Amino acid sequence: MRRASAAALVAIVLAVAPAAARAADDERAVRHLLSRATYGARPADVARVRQMGAAAWLERQLDPARLDDTVADAALRDLPTLHLSIAELLRDYPRPDPKARDQVKNGEKHLTVMDGQGALSRREMAERYPLDKRPPRIVAELQAARAVRAVASKRQLYEVMVDFWFNHFNVFAPKGSVPWYVTDYERTVIRRHALGTFPDLVRASARHPAMLFYLDNWLSARDGFVIPMGPNAGRMGGLNENYARELMELHTLGVDGGYTQQDVREVARAFTGWSIERPQQLGHFVFRARMHDDGAKVVLGTRIAPWGGQHDGERVIELLVRHPSTARFIATKLVRRFVSDTPPPALVDRVAGVYRDTGGDIKSMLRAIFSSPEFAAPEHDRVKIKKPMEFVASAVRALDGTLDARGGLTLARASAEIGETLYGAPPPTGWPDRAESWVSAGTLLSRMNFAVALASGRVSGVRADVAALTAGAAGREPRVVLDHLLRALLHDRASDDTRRVLTAQLTEPQITRLSPDDRGPARTDVEKLAALVLGSPEFQRR
Amino acid sequence: MMDRRVLLKAGACAAVATIGFPRFLVRAAAAAPARRKILVAIFQRGAVDGLAMVAPHGDRAYAGARPGIALQAPKQGDAERAVDLDGFFALHPALMPLAPLWTSRTLAVVHACGSHDVTRSHFDAQDYMETGTPGVKSTADGWLARAVTALPQRRSPFRAVALAPTLPRSLRGDAGAIAMPSIERFDVRAVGTSTARQGFESLYEQGVQDLLHGTGRETFEAVRMLKQANAGRITTANGADYPRGRLGDALRQIAQLIRADVGLEVACADTDGWDTHVGQGAEQGQLANRLRDLGTAIAAFTRDMGDRMSDVVVLTMSEFGRTVAENGSRGTDHGHATAMLVLGGSVKGGRVYGRWPGLNREQLFEGRDLAVTTDFRALFGEVAGRHLGIAEPAKLFPGWKEASPATLGLFA
Repeated sequence: MRRASAAALVAIVLAVAPAAARAADDERAVRHLLSRATYGARPADVARVRQMGAAAWLERQLDPARLDDTVADAALRDLPTLHLSIAELLRDYPRPDPKARDQVKNGEKHLTVMDGQGALSRREMAERYPLDKRPPRIVAELQAARAVRAVASKRQLYEVMVDFWFNHFNVFAPKGSVPWYVTDYERTVIRRHALGTFPDLVRASARHPAMLFYLDNWLSARDGFVIPMGPNAGRMGGLNENYARELMELHTLGVDGGYTQQDVREVARAFTGWSIERPQQLGHFVFRARMHDDGAKVVLGTRIAPWGGQHDGERVIELLVRHPSTARFIATKLVRRFVSDTPPPALVDRVAGVYRDTGGDIKSMLRAIFSSPEFAAPEHDRVKIKKPMEFVASAVRALDGTLDARGGLTLARASAEIGETLYGAPPPTGWPDRAESWVSAGTLLSRMNFAVALASGRVSGVRADVAALTAGAAGREPRVVLDHLLRALLHDRASDDTRRVLTAQLTEPQITRLSPDDRGPARTDVEKLAALVLGSPEFQRR
Repeated sequence: MMDRRVLLKAGACAAVATIGFPRFLVRAAAAAPARRKILVAIFQRGAVDGLAMVAPHGDRAYAGARPGIALQAPKQGDAERAVDLDGFFALHPALMPLAPLWTSRTLAVVHACGSHDVTRSHFDAQDYMETGTPGVKSTADGWLARAVTALPQRRSPFRAVALAPTLPRSLRGDAGAIAMPSIERFDVRAVGTSTARQGFESLYEQGVQDLLHGTGRETFEAVRMLKQANAGRITTANGADYPRGRLGDALRQIAQLIRADVGLEVACADTDGWDTHVGQGAEQGQLANRLRDLGTAIAAFTRDMGDRMSDVVVLTMSEFGRTVAENGSRGTDHGHATAMLVLGGSVKGGRVYGRWPGLNREQLFEGRDLAVTTDFRALFGEVAGRHLGIAEPAKLFPGWKEASPATLGLFA
C-alpha cells in the first residue's frame, strides 16, 4: 500500500514537473521569438503570444496585410510625403537653384541670393522655397515614419524585414537625386516585396531610379556612345561597372560567389541603357536602346545572344537569382539576422535548400529559420546586439510607450547619434548586422544617454510612463519597485551582477528620496532606476 | 599598475640630476621619454584615385587615358594647375595647402602602393588592408591594434583612439582601443542635479568578460581621464583653421588629445566620398572638393601641432586605386594601386617613393589598372618600425611571405 502510494506520488511529481518545465521553456521560447522577430516585446506581448501559440502568432505576422494597423497609420498621417510619387515630390519639393543654395551655405550675400534671373531677398527665397517644402523634408519624414512603424506597428516582423531588405539593397539617401526617389523605392520595391520572393526584390530594385542613380547605372552606355543631348551633348559616354559589381557582390552571389572581373564587365554591358527618364521632372525607369551594347555577352559561362535589348539585363537577373551561390548568400544573411553572428552552417544549408525549392520565397525561409532547433538552441539566446534603431525602439516598446510623427523623428535622431542614421549608410552594404560594428565607447555612452532621456520623459513626441510599469509596487518600496522593473524590462533575465549592482543603487540617497515631510515611506527614483536598466548590458542584447 | 618603463627612465634621470647637470637639461631629458611617438592613420574610404591625387603628368600615357579628367601639366605661376613635385609627378591643385609641407621636406608620397590581392570589392579590400592580411578574411584583429600591443605596455585608455562612432577594423583586437564621435559629448549627461554615471559604471564593471562589459569598462576609464585632463578645453594653436566636416573635426580632436597628454599613440580618422564613378572632375569638381577637404584638414593639423609634429606621423591610405582610363561617365571605376601620403616625424619628405610601373597598356595590371610596386605592408611596416619603434614590424602582418622586405628609406 505504502509502496503504491509512493509510486503514485512519483508519478504525479513526474507529471507536474515536466509541465512546469514545459511552461518555463515555453515562456523562454516566446520571449526569444519576440526578441528576434519584433522591435522588442511590449509588456503584455509575452502572455498574449503564449495564449495564442507561437506558431499561430508567426503565421499572423507573415500575413501583415490582415493585421489592423490603425495606431501606426494615425501617427503617419502627419507625414504627407510618404504617399507621393516621384514626379509629385520633384514638383512639390523642388531643389532650390544650386547657385542660391551654395551662396546661402557659404554665407555669401547675407541678404540676397541669386536665382538665375537675379537677386532674391531672403523673404523671396523663403516664399519660393518654403521651409516645409524643401527636399530634406522628404527624407526626414521617411526617417520619422520608419521609427513610428518600428515602435507602433502591429506588423512587427514585416517592419523587421523592411529594415533587413533595405540594408541589403541599400541606397544612400543624400546622394544626388536619391532624396526624391527613396520614398517611392521603399514603398514600391522594399515594402511591396519584403515578404514576397527574393527574385522579385532583385527585379524591382534593378529598375528603380533610386538604385539606378545610387549605383550609377543610369549613365552606363556602350563604348563609343556619344551623348546626344543635355549639358554633356557631344561627349563620349561608356561603360560604368558600379551597379554590375554590387549586383553580384552584395545583392546576389556574394563576394566569393564565383564571378570574375570579366563577368563584371559583361554584366555591366548587359545593363547598358537601363536608365532614368527626365531625372529631375519624371524620374521613372526607361530603357534607352541607343545606349545599349547590342553585342553578345558571356555571363558566368552562359552566352547571351546579341540584340537582346532590355532583355539582356533581365536574363542576367534570372541567371543570378537561380544561382546556388545566391541561395547560400541570402540564407547566410537571414540566419545571421535571426540566429547568430556566426551562422550555424547546417541551418544555412537547409535555408538555402528552401530558397532553391521555393524560388526564393521569403516566408518559407523565415518559417524554416524560426522552426529550427538552431533558432531555439539556448546557446543562441540573447547573443545578438541590438542595432541602434532596434535599441531605441525596443526601449520605448518595453515602457509601453506611444509616439506621434514628431516622436518618430526624435527617435530617428537618437538612432543616428548611436551610429545608425536611417537611409544614411553611404556604402552599398547598408548598415552592418554584427555586434562588433555597434559596440564602442562612444555609442555605449549614447545608448545610456538615450536611456536616461527616455526614462525621465524628455524625448519629445514620445510618451512613456515609467511609473505605470511599477503601479502594483505597494508604497513604492525600493526592492519591490526594482523587482517590477526587472520583470517588465528584462523579463527577469538580469544577471546576478546586474541585480546586485541595482540593489546596491537602491541605498543611494539619489535613488531613494525621502518624501518631502521626511515622515512618509521612502520614495524610489523609478526613472533613474529604469534608465539604469535600459542602459544595462542585458538590455543591449536580443 | 605603474608603468615600469617610465619608472626606470625617471629613476635614471633622478640619478643624473644629483651629479649636478643644469636643471633645464635635466628637465628636457625627463620630458623626452614621456613624449610618445604618435601615428595618425587617415583612411580614405571608397578608393581614392591616386592618379589624380598625385598625377604622373610626366607619363606619356596619362593624359591620353583620361581625355575628360586628366590634370593639365603644371605651369609655373599658374595656381589653378597642379603643383609640380619633381618634374614627373604633380600634386592636385586642391592639395595646395600641403605644398609647403612638400617644400619643407615634411611630406612624402608613396606611389603605386597597394595590395597584391586582386579584389576590387571595397569591403574586402578595406578589410584586408585594415587587418593587414590580404586575401585572409578570418583575421580577428587589426594591424594597428597589433601594433599597439607590440609597443611597451603603458597604462592609458587613450593609447588607441578612433574619432568615429564605431571602431574601425584596424583597431579591433586586444589594444583596448576606443571609438568616440566627439570629446565634448563623451560622458553620461546629467539630468537636473543627478547623474547616472556611477550606476552605469558599476553595471559594466561587474559581470562576465564580454564585448559589452569590456567596452563599458574602457569607456568609463576614458571618461574619467578625459575629465581630469580637461581635453575639451584645449583650443587649437598657431591659428590652425580646420575645415568643417568629419575629417576636420576628427583631426582637431586628435590634436586636442595629443596636447592633453592622455597617452595617445595611435589615432584613426575616416574620410569618405572617394568612390568617384561619375563626374569626378579634374582641377575642379567632385574629387577636387574632397581633396581640398583632405589637404586643408591635414595642413591645419600640422599647423596646430607645431613642433610636436616631430613626434607625429600622419599616414593616408585607401583600399585600392581607380582605373587608369576614365569610364563612360567621366569618372573612374575600381582599380588597383593608388598613392599614399606620409608626413611628419623624421620622414624624409619632398620625394615620391616607390618604383613607377608605367601607364602603357602592357604595363598595367590586368591591362587596365596601375600596378602595385610597393606592397602596402612594406609602407605600414616601415612606419611602425621606424616611427613607432616596433622591433619586428613584419610580424604585424601574419603570413607575409616577404621575409626581409626592401625598405623604402622613408625615415632619416
